[in-house]
Amino acid sequence: MTQVAMTLNGKKVSANVEDRTLLVHYIREAQGLTGTHVGCDTSQCGACVVHVNGRAVKSCTMLAVQAAGAEVMTVEGLANGPELHPVQAAFREHHGLQCGFCTPGMIMTAVDMIRRHNGVLDEDTIRHELEGNICRCTGYHNIVKAIKAAADQMVAMRTAAE
Amino acid sequence: MYETNYHRASSVEEAVRLLAGAEDGKFLGGGQTLIPTMKQRLASPSDLVDLGGIAAMKGISDEGGAIRIGAGTPHYDVATSDIVRNRIPGLASLAAGIGDPAVRHMGTIGGSIANNDPAADYPSALMALGATVVTSKRELAAEDFFQGMFDTALDEDEIVTAVIFPVPEKSAYAKYPNPASRYAMAGVFVAKTGGMVRVAATGAGQNGVFRIAEMESALAANWSPSAVAGVTVDADELLSDIHGSAEYRANLVTVMAKRAVAAAG
Repeated sequence: MTQVAMTLNGKKVSANVEDRTLLVHYIREAQGLTGTHVGCDTSQCGACVVHVNGRAVKSCTMLAVQAAGAEVMTVEGLANGPELHPVQAAFREHHGLQCGFCTPGMIMTAVDMIRRHNGVLDEDTIRHELEGNICRCTGYHNIVKAIKAAADQMVAMRTAAE
Repeated sequence: MYETNYHRASSVEEAVRLLAGAEDGKFLGGGQTLIPTMKQRLASPSDLVDLGGIAAMKGISDEGGAIRIGAGTPHYDVATSDIVRNRIPGLASLAAGIGDPAVRHMGTIGGSIANNDPAADYPSALMALGATVVTSKRELAAEDFFQGMFDTALDEDEIVTAVIFPVPEKSAYAKYPNPASRYAMAGVFVAKTGGMVRVAATGAGQNGVFRIAEMESALAANWSPSAVAGVTVDADELLSDIHGSAEYRANLVTVMAKRAVAAAG
Protein backbone atom coordinates (compact mmCIF):
# COMPACT_ATOMS: atom_id res chain seq x y z
CA MET A 1 0.00 0.00 0.00
CA THR A 2 1.17 3.50 -0.80
CA GLN A 3 -0.15 6.89 0.24
CA VAL A 4 -1.01 8.54 -3.10
CA ALA A 5 -1.62 12.29 -3.02
CA MET A 6 -2.59 14.47 -5.94
CA THR A 7 -4.58 17.56 -6.81
CA LEU A 8 -7.97 16.40 -8.04
CA ASN A 9 -10.18 19.06 -9.61
CA GLY A 10 -8.22 21.74 -7.77
CA LYS A 11 -8.48 20.05 -4.38
CA LYS A 12 -5.63 18.28 -2.58
CA VAL A 13 -6.58 14.64 -1.99
CA SER A 14 -4.82 11.58 -0.67
CA ALA A 15 -5.59 7.90 -0.19
CA ASN A 16 -3.79 4.73 0.80
CA VAL A 17 -4.04 2.33 -2.15
CA GLU A 18 -2.29 -0.71 -3.57
CA ASP A 19 0.44 0.03 -6.10
CA ARG A 20 -1.52 -1.84 -8.76
CA THR A 21 -4.56 0.45 -8.36
CA LEU A 22 -5.44 2.10 -11.64
CA LEU A 23 -6.00 5.84 -11.70
CA VAL A 24 -9.63 5.34 -12.73
CA HIS A 25 -10.28 3.18 -9.66
CA TYR A 26 -8.52 5.67 -7.42
CA ILE A 27 -10.80 8.40 -8.76
CA ARG A 28 -14.01 6.37 -8.56
CA GLU A 29 -13.47 4.26 -5.47
CA ALA A 30 -10.95 6.06 -3.27
CA GLN A 31 -12.27 9.56 -4.08
CA GLY A 32 -15.89 8.75 -4.87
CA LEU A 33 -16.00 10.65 -8.16
CA THR A 34 -17.95 8.32 -10.44
CA GLY A 35 -18.22 10.60 -13.48
CA THR A 36 -15.17 8.91 -14.96
CA HIS A 37 -16.27 5.57 -16.38
CA VAL A 38 -14.65 2.21 -17.01
CA GLY A 39 -15.78 1.07 -20.43
CA CYS A 40 -13.58 -1.43 -22.23
CA ASP A 41 -10.73 -1.50 -19.69
CA THR A 42 -8.40 -2.15 -22.67
CA SER A 43 -7.33 1.43 -23.61
CA GLN A 44 -9.65 1.60 -26.59
CA CYS A 45 -12.98 3.18 -25.72
CA GLY A 46 -11.97 6.40 -23.95
CA ALA A 47 -14.81 6.43 -21.39
CA CYS A 48 -12.12 6.85 -18.71
CA VAL A 49 -10.36 9.91 -20.20
CA VAL A 50 -9.22 12.46 -17.62
CA HIS A 51 -6.59 15.19 -17.77
CA VAL A 52 -3.26 14.66 -16.02
CA ASN A 53 -1.14 17.80 -15.85
CA GLY A 54 -3.33 19.29 -18.57
CA ARG A 55 -3.20 16.40 -21.02
CA ALA A 56 -5.95 13.88 -21.84
CA VAL A 57 -5.01 10.35 -20.83
CA LYS A 58 -6.81 7.05 -20.40
CA SER A 59 -7.10 6.61 -16.65
CA CYS A 60 -7.60 2.85 -17.05
CA THR A 61 -4.09 2.65 -18.50
CA MET A 62 -2.23 4.50 -15.80
CA LEU A 63 -1.51 3.54 -12.23
CA ALA A 64 -2.78 5.92 -9.56
CA VAL A 65 0.72 6.06 -8.12
CA GLN A 66 2.07 7.24 -11.49
CA ALA A 67 -0.14 10.30 -11.04
CA ALA A 68 1.13 10.99 -7.50
CA GLY A 69 1.80 14.71 -7.19
CA ALA A 70 0.02 15.50 -10.47
CA GLU A 71 -2.87 17.84 -11.23
CA VAL A 72 -5.78 15.65 -12.28
CA MET A 73 -9.02 16.95 -13.75
CA THR A 74 -12.16 14.88 -14.23
CA VAL A 75 -15.51 15.75 -15.76
CA GLU A 76 -16.67 16.86 -12.31
CA GLY A 77 -14.04 19.60 -12.34
CA LEU A 78 -15.18 21.38 -15.50
CA ALA A 79 -18.25 23.31 -14.43
CA ASN A 80 -17.97 26.62 -12.64
CA GLY A 81 -20.48 26.09 -9.83
CA PRO A 82 -23.92 25.79 -11.44
CA GLU A 83 -22.58 27.09 -14.76
CA LEU A 84 -21.67 24.31 -17.19
CA HIS A 85 -18.40 24.35 -19.11
CA PRO A 86 -19.05 25.42 -22.74
CA VAL A 87 -18.36 21.86 -23.93
CA GLN A 88 -20.85 20.42 -21.42
CA ALA A 89 -23.42 23.04 -22.42
CA ALA A 90 -22.88 22.24 -26.12
CA PHE A 91 -23.37 18.50 -25.53
CA ARG A 92 -26.71 19.29 -23.87
CA GLU A 93 -27.73 21.82 -26.52
CA HIS A 94 -26.87 19.54 -29.47
CA HIS A 95 -27.90 16.33 -27.75
CA GLY A 96 -24.40 14.86 -28.11
CA LEU A 97 -25.37 11.70 -26.24
CA GLN A 98 -27.93 8.99 -25.91
CA CYS A 99 -27.19 6.59 -23.06
CA GLY A 100 -24.46 8.91 -21.76
CA PHE A 101 -21.93 6.28 -20.79
CA CYS A 102 -19.18 7.55 -23.10
CA THR A 103 -20.03 11.22 -22.48
CA PRO A 104 -17.56 12.06 -19.68
CA GLY A 105 -14.69 10.70 -21.79
CA MET A 106 -15.99 12.43 -24.91
CA ILE A 107 -16.19 15.74 -23.06
CA MET A 108 -12.71 15.44 -21.54
CA THR A 109 -11.29 14.51 -24.96
CA ALA A 110 -13.15 17.43 -26.54
CA VAL A 111 -11.80 19.94 -24.01
CA ASP A 112 -8.26 18.66 -24.63
CA MET A 113 -8.71 18.73 -28.40
CA ILE A 114 -10.06 22.29 -28.39
CA ARG A 115 -7.12 23.43 -26.26
CA ARG A 116 -4.52 21.76 -28.52
CA HIS A 117 -6.06 23.19 -31.68
CA ASN A 118 -6.66 26.58 -30.09
CA GLY A 119 -10.36 26.17 -30.90
CA VAL A 120 -9.75 25.99 -34.65
CA LEU A 121 -11.43 22.72 -35.61
CA ASP A 122 -13.21 21.45 -38.69
CA GLU A 123 -15.43 18.40 -38.84
CA ASP A 124 -12.74 16.12 -40.32
CA THR A 125 -10.26 17.04 -37.62
CA ILE A 126 -12.82 16.47 -34.86
CA ARG A 127 -13.68 13.02 -36.22
CA HIS A 128 -10.00 12.11 -36.49
CA GLU A 129 -9.32 13.40 -32.97
CA LEU A 130 -12.13 11.19 -31.62
CA GLU A 131 -10.25 8.07 -32.73
CA GLY A 132 -9.71 7.00 -29.14
CA ASN A 133 -13.33 7.45 -27.97
CA ILE A 134 -16.04 4.99 -28.82
CA CYS A 135 -19.78 5.69 -28.71
CA ARG A 136 -22.17 2.83 -29.42
CA CYS A 137 -25.39 4.89 -29.57
CA THR A 138 -25.18 8.17 -31.41
CA GLY A 139 -23.29 7.45 -34.60
CA TYR A 140 -21.12 10.41 -33.51
CA HIS A 141 -22.96 13.08 -35.54
CA ASN A 142 -24.28 15.08 -32.61
CA ILE A 143 -21.07 14.64 -30.67
CA VAL A 144 -19.13 16.16 -33.57
CA LYS A 145 -21.71 18.97 -33.85
CA ALA A 146 -21.47 19.70 -30.13
CA ILE A 147 -17.66 19.86 -30.17
CA LYS A 148 -17.67 22.11 -33.24
CA ALA A 149 -20.21 24.44 -31.61
CA ALA A 150 -18.28 24.58 -28.34
CA ALA A 151 -14.99 25.24 -30.14
CA ASP A 152 -16.52 28.04 -32.21
CA GLN A 153 -18.11 29.54 -29.13
CA MET A 154 -14.87 29.42 -27.15
CA VAL A 155 -13.02 31.18 -30.01
CA ALA A 156 -15.78 33.82 -30.16
CA MET A 157 -15.59 34.37 -26.38
CA ARG A 158 -11.82 34.72 -26.60
CA THR A 159 -12.08 37.19 -29.50
CA ALA A 160 -14.70 39.23 -27.64
CA ALA A 161 -12.47 39.36 -24.55
CA GLU A 162 -9.51 40.69 -26.53
CA MET B 1 -3.69 -7.40 -12.60
CA TYR B 2 -1.42 -9.24 -10.17
CA GLU B 3 0.04 -7.36 -7.26
CA THR B 4 3.17 -5.36 -7.96
CA ASN B 5 5.45 -2.87 -6.24
CA TYR B 6 5.96 0.55 -7.75
CA HIS B 7 9.14 2.62 -7.64
CA ARG B 8 9.76 5.99 -9.23
CA ALA B 9 13.32 6.71 -10.35
CA SER B 10 14.67 10.21 -10.73
CA SER B 11 17.82 9.23 -12.61
CA VAL B 12 18.96 6.45 -14.93
CA GLU B 13 21.43 5.25 -12.29
CA GLU B 14 18.70 5.09 -9.66
CA ALA B 15 16.44 3.15 -12.03
CA VAL B 16 19.16 0.54 -12.65
CA ARG B 17 19.76 0.27 -8.90
CA LEU B 18 16.05 -0.13 -8.14
CA LEU B 19 15.70 -2.86 -10.73
CA ALA B 20 18.73 -4.70 -9.34
CA GLY B 21 17.00 -4.77 -5.95
CA ALA B 22 13.81 -6.29 -7.36
CA GLU B 23 13.02 -9.96 -7.63
CA ASP B 24 11.55 -9.80 -11.13
CA GLY B 25 11.33 -6.14 -12.03
CA LYS B 26 10.49 -4.29 -15.22
CA PHE B 27 11.05 -0.75 -16.37
CA LEU B 28 7.87 1.26 -16.95
CA GLY B 29 7.89 3.88 -19.71
CA GLY B 30 4.54 5.46 -20.56
CA GLY B 31 2.81 2.20 -19.70
CA GLN B 32 0.59 2.11 -22.77
CA THR B 33 1.65 -1.45 -23.57
CA LEU B 34 2.96 -2.77 -20.26
CA ILE B 35 -0.10 -1.87 -18.17
CA PRO B 36 -2.62 -3.48 -20.57
CA THR B 37 -0.29 -6.52 -20.74
CA MET B 38 -0.27 -6.74 -16.94
CA LYS B 39 -4.05 -6.34 -16.81
CA GLN B 40 -4.36 -9.34 -19.12
CA ARG B 41 -1.96 -11.19 -16.81
CA LEU B 42 0.43 -11.76 -19.69
CA ALA B 43 3.12 -10.06 -17.60
CA SER B 44 3.45 -10.13 -13.83
CA PRO B 45 6.56 -8.19 -12.78
CA SER B 46 7.13 -8.17 -9.03
CA ASP B 47 8.26 -4.56 -9.29
CA LEU B 48 7.81 -1.67 -11.69
CA VAL B 49 10.53 0.94 -11.96
CA ASP B 50 8.91 4.05 -13.45
CA LEU B 51 11.22 5.97 -15.79
CA GLY B 52 8.66 8.76 -16.27
CA GLY B 53 10.25 11.02 -13.67
CA ILE B 54 13.72 11.06 -15.25
CA ALA B 55 14.06 14.57 -16.67
CA ALA B 56 17.31 13.74 -18.50
CA MET B 57 15.43 11.24 -20.67
CA LYS B 58 12.96 13.81 -22.02
CA GLY B 59 13.20 16.35 -24.80
CA ILE B 60 14.23 16.88 -28.38
CA SER B 61 17.38 18.66 -29.54
CA ASP B 62 18.83 19.60 -32.91
CA GLU B 63 22.47 18.58 -33.00
CA GLY B 64 23.20 19.83 -36.51
CA GLY B 65 23.35 16.75 -38.67
CA ALA B 66 21.19 14.75 -36.28
CA ILE B 67 18.16 15.05 -34.02
CA ARG B 68 18.36 13.59 -30.54
CA ILE B 69 15.11 12.47 -28.92
CA GLY B 70 15.10 11.49 -25.26
CA ALA B 71 13.66 8.01 -24.75
CA GLY B 72 11.01 9.33 -22.33
CA THR B 73 9.62 11.79 -24.87
CA PRO B 74 5.93 11.08 -25.57
CA HIS B 75 4.68 10.57 -29.13
CA TYR B 76 2.65 13.79 -28.93
CA ASP B 77 5.80 15.83 -28.29
CA VAL B 78 7.60 14.22 -31.24
CA ALA B 79 4.58 14.78 -33.50
CA THR B 80 4.30 18.47 -32.62
CA SER B 81 7.99 19.38 -32.29
CA ASP B 82 9.03 22.12 -34.73
CA ILE B 83 12.49 20.56 -34.91
CA VAL B 84 11.16 17.15 -35.94
CA ARG B 85 8.52 18.56 -38.28
CA ASN B 86 11.06 20.71 -40.11
CA ARG B 87 13.99 18.31 -40.16
CA ILE B 88 12.43 14.81 -40.32
CA PRO B 89 8.81 15.29 -41.41
CA GLY B 90 8.29 11.55 -41.91
CA LEU B 91 9.09 10.95 -38.24
CA ALA B 92 6.67 13.66 -37.05
CA SER B 93 3.86 12.23 -39.14
CA LEU B 94 4.62 8.70 -37.91
CA ALA B 95 4.39 9.87 -34.28
CA ALA B 96 1.11 11.68 -35.03
CA GLY B 97 -0.45 8.42 -36.18
CA ILE B 98 0.38 6.18 -33.22
CA GLY B 99 -2.67 4.99 -31.26
CA ASP B 100 -4.96 7.88 -30.41
CA PRO B 101 -4.45 11.32 -28.80
CA ALA B 102 -4.61 10.07 -25.20
CA VAL B 103 -2.19 7.23 -25.91
CA ARG B 104 0.20 9.68 -27.62
CA HIS B 105 0.24 11.81 -24.47
CA MET B 106 1.62 8.88 -22.43
CA GLY B 107 3.43 6.47 -24.75
CA THR B 108 7.14 7.10 -25.31
CA ILE B 109 9.61 6.40 -28.10
CA GLY B 110 11.90 4.50 -25.73
CA GLY B 111 9.08 2.30 -24.48
CA SER B 112 7.93 1.57 -28.01
CA ILE B 113 11.31 0.44 -29.31
CA ALA B 114 12.26 -1.48 -26.15
CA ASN B 115 9.06 -3.50 -26.55
CA ASN B 116 9.64 -3.99 -30.31
CA ASP B 117 6.09 -4.99 -31.09
CA PRO B 118 6.11 -6.34 -34.67
CA ALA B 119 3.26 -3.92 -35.49
CA ALA B 120 4.71 -0.83 -33.79
CA ASP B 121 5.48 2.18 -35.96
CA TYR B 122 8.79 3.51 -34.59
CA PRO B 123 11.04 0.54 -35.44
CA SER B 124 10.56 1.23 -39.17
CA ALA B 125 11.70 4.84 -38.73
CA LEU B 126 14.80 3.85 -36.79
CA MET B 127 15.77 1.29 -39.44
CA ALA B 128 15.06 3.53 -42.45
CA LEU B 129 16.73 6.59 -40.97
CA GLY B 130 19.78 4.65 -39.77
CA ALA B 131 19.22 5.77 -36.18
CA THR B 132 21.46 5.07 -33.20
CA VAL B 133 19.93 3.80 -29.96
CA VAL B 134 21.64 5.19 -26.87
CA THR B 135 21.28 3.05 -23.76
CA SER B 136 22.50 3.15 -20.17
CA LYS B 137 25.40 0.94 -21.29
CA ARG B 138 26.27 1.63 -24.92
CA GLU B 139 25.24 2.87 -28.34
CA LEU B 140 23.72 0.51 -30.88
CA ALA B 141 22.83 0.85 -34.55
CA ALA B 142 19.11 0.27 -35.11
CA GLU B 143 19.97 -2.79 -37.23
CA ASP B 144 21.72 -4.38 -34.25
CA PHE B 145 19.13 -3.24 -31.72
CA PHE B 146 16.03 -4.91 -33.21
CA GLN B 147 16.42 -8.67 -33.06
CA GLY B 148 13.02 -10.08 -33.95
CA MET B 149 9.49 -10.14 -32.62
CA PHE B 150 9.40 -8.46 -29.17
CA ASP B 151 13.15 -9.00 -29.02
CA THR B 152 15.95 -6.45 -28.78
CA ALA B 153 19.64 -6.42 -27.91
CA LEU B 154 18.79 -4.87 -24.52
CA ASP B 155 19.94 -6.63 -21.36
CA GLU B 156 17.31 -6.96 -18.60
CA ASP B 157 18.87 -4.08 -16.67
CA GLU B 158 19.61 -1.86 -19.67
CA ILE B 159 17.59 1.28 -20.37
CA VAL B 160 17.12 3.08 -23.69
CA THR B 161 17.96 6.69 -22.85
CA ALA B 162 17.78 8.39 -26.27
CA VAL B 163 17.55 7.84 -30.00
CA ILE B 164 19.72 9.79 -32.44
CA PHE B 165 18.34 10.26 -35.95
CA PRO B 166 20.60 11.50 -38.77
CA VAL B 167 18.73 14.24 -40.68
CA PRO B 168 17.63 12.88 -44.08
CA GLU B 169 17.08 14.69 -47.39
CA LYS B 170 13.71 13.00 -47.72
CA SER B 171 11.54 10.97 -45.38
CA ALA B 172 7.97 9.72 -45.18
CA TYR B 173 5.91 7.01 -43.52
CA ALA B 174 2.72 5.42 -44.77
CA LYS B 175 0.75 2.86 -42.84
CA TYR B 176 -2.41 0.90 -43.19
CA PRO B 177 -3.71 0.87 -39.62
CA ASN B 178 -5.75 -1.89 -38.14
CA PRO B 179 -9.14 -0.18 -37.81
CA ALA B 180 -9.55 -1.19 -34.15
CA SER B 181 -6.08 -0.97 -32.64
CA ARG B 182 -4.42 1.52 -35.06
CA TYR B 183 -1.37 -0.73 -35.05
CA ALA B 184 0.19 -1.16 -38.47
CA MET B 185 -1.17 -3.96 -40.64
CA ALA B 186 1.70 -2.78 -42.80
CA GLY B 187 3.73 0.39 -42.44
CA VAL B 188 6.59 1.49 -44.66
CA PHE B 189 9.15 4.18 -43.89
CA VAL B 190 11.26 5.50 -46.76
CA ALA B 191 14.29 7.76 -46.32
CA LYS B 192 17.11 9.18 -48.36
CA THR B 193 20.04 10.17 -46.20
CA GLY B 194 23.37 11.35 -47.61
CA GLY B 195 22.30 10.00 -50.99
CA MET B 196 21.60 6.55 -49.52
CA VAL B 197 18.09 5.12 -49.69
CA ARG B 198 16.63 2.92 -46.96
CA VAL B 199 13.19 1.33 -46.88
CA ALA B 200 11.86 -0.47 -43.80
CA ALA B 201 8.54 -2.22 -43.22
CA THR B 202 6.72 -2.89 -39.95
CA GLY B 203 3.49 -4.71 -39.10
CA ALA B 204 4.09 -7.31 -41.74
CA GLY B 205 7.19 -9.36 -40.97
CA GLN B 206 7.21 -12.56 -38.94
CA ASN B 207 10.38 -11.37 -37.27
CA GLY B 208 9.38 -7.77 -36.83
CA VAL B 209 10.75 -4.82 -38.76
CA PHE B 210 12.78 -5.52 -41.91
CA ARG B 211 14.49 -3.64 -44.71
CA ILE B 212 13.57 -4.16 -48.35
CA ALA B 213 16.79 -4.15 -50.38
CA GLU B 214 15.09 -4.43 -53.76
CA MET B 215 13.03 -1.30 -53.12
CA GLU B 216 16.12 0.52 -51.89
CA SER B 217 18.06 -0.11 -55.08
CA ALA B 218 15.03 0.69 -57.24
CA LEU B 219 14.57 4.03 -55.46
CA ALA B 220 18.29 4.82 -55.55
CA ALA B 221 18.08 4.59 -59.35
CA ASN B 222 14.72 6.35 -59.66
CA TRP B 223 13.06 8.09 -56.69
CA SER B 224 9.43 7.75 -57.68
CA PRO B 225 6.41 5.69 -56.62
CA SER B 226 6.53 3.83 -59.92
CA ALA B 227 10.01 2.51 -59.06
CA VAL B 228 8.60 0.40 -56.21
CA ALA B 229 5.24 -0.42 -57.81
CA GLY B 230 6.57 -3.63 -59.29
CA VAL B 231 8.53 -4.77 -56.23
CA THR B 232 6.77 -7.28 -53.99
CA VAL B 233 8.05 -8.88 -50.81
CA ASP B 234 7.92 -12.62 -50.28
CA ALA B 235 4.63 -13.53 -48.56
CA ASP B 236 6.30 -16.59 -47.00
CA GLU B 237 8.16 -14.29 -44.64
CA LEU B 238 5.07 -12.32 -43.57
CA LEU B 239 2.53 -12.48 -40.75
CA SER B 240 -0.79 -14.13 -41.37
CA ASP B 241 -3.57 -13.72 -38.79
CA ILE B 242 -7.24 -12.82 -38.35
CA HIS B 243 -6.49 -9.27 -39.49
CA GLY B 244 -5.01 -10.24 -42.85
CA SER B 245 -3.28 -13.00 -44.76
CA ALA B 246 0.41 -12.90 -45.64
CA GLU B 247 -0.49 -12.31 -49.31
CA TYR B 248 -2.71 -9.37 -48.35
CA ARG B 249 0.09 -7.90 -46.26
CA ALA B 250 2.59 -8.38 -49.10
CA ASN B 251 0.33 -6.30 -51.32
CA LEU B 252 -0.08 -3.67 -48.59
CA VAL B 253 3.70 -3.32 -48.25
CA THR B 254 4.04 -2.36 -51.91
CA VAL B 255 1.08 0.03 -51.73
CA MET B 256 2.40 1.68 -48.55
CA ALA B 257 5.87 2.00 -50.10
CA LYS B 258 4.35 3.80 -53.12
CA ARG B 259 2.38 6.11 -50.86
CA ALA B 260 5.40 6.87 -48.69
CA VAL B 261 7.58 7.76 -51.70
CA ALA B 262 4.80 9.99 -53.06
CA ALA B 263 4.45 11.70 -49.67
CA ALA B 264 8.21 12.24 -49.38
CA GLY B 265 8.18 14.11 -52.71
